Amino acid sequence: MMDYVNAFWVGGLICVIGQLLMSLTNMTPARILVTFVTAGCVLTALGLYKPIVEYAGAGATVPLTGFGYSLANGVIEQVAEKGAIGIFTGGVMATAGGIAAAVVFGFLVSVIFNPKVKK
Amino acid sequence: MNIKKKQEIGNYNEYVKETMPKSHTFSSCIKAFLVGGLICTIGQGVSDIGKNLLKLDEKGTAAFTCIVLIFFGALLTGLGIYDVIGKFAGAGSIVPITGFANSMVSPALEYKREGYVLGVGAKLFTIAGPVLVYGISTSVLVGLIYFILNALGVIQL
Repeated sequence: MMDYVNAFWVGGLICVIGQLLMSLTNMTPARILVTFVTAGCVLTALGLYKPIVEYAGAGATVPLTGFGYSLANGVIEQVAEKGAIGIFTGGVMATAGGIAAAVVFGFLVSVIFNPKVKK
Repeated sequence: MNIKKKQEIGNYNEYVKETMPKSHTFSSCIKAFLVGGLICTIGQGVSDIGKNLLKLDEKGTAAFTCIVLIFFGALLTGLGIYDVIGKFAGAGSIVPITGFANSMVSPALEYKREGYVLGVGAKLFTIAGPVLVYGISTSVLVGLIYFILNALGVIQL
């Protein structure tokens, strides 16, 4: 149960950071997403994001910073295992499932549905 | 002429200030907190299903959660429901991975009439493209730094 509470408040808080950036600096959603992925990557590389993931679970992995976490985590693991080639393979390998899902589901939904008429 | 122009600009700035919707920073933060938190809590539930019911390992669970959330993010966007949530929740619906799926489907749907290659195919990546460019580039940079530090013996991988 505590897992769910931690996921809720940490995940919520990460979204509040995004909201503050949007409200106070007029950042567009695209910039928010790019910033969050990059920030997740850098924080993971510095060893600062893993403790948050261990504490909050999905609260830290579901926000886009978690995508950056997977990228950086994957690359560090592959560099340790495979050496130099891991620099290029690690990030995308660790996020392959999400990337493929986003492309395929995104494509299917776009083909099946039609844009809603804006009222 | 110049004075008139200045006056117009002055008036215009006032006009913008008056008519721009006031951003209620505090209340939008509360909404973002609640909806964003809820999506993460659902993610925790999906992750528990993957771990306990499907007996996936740690990486499998993470991928499973990611895939399921992306599926629902894309589907709800297609149904027009995600935009309704988005109007209420702001960043609470943008920051979670479901918002990433939404950012792909939304422009793809909108530009569907431009065809399946340059309409749907290209517009899927209007926002996802930059995210992948910066995300993957940063990860390669991280890998390079770790590799060099490891080779120099500064860190032990």
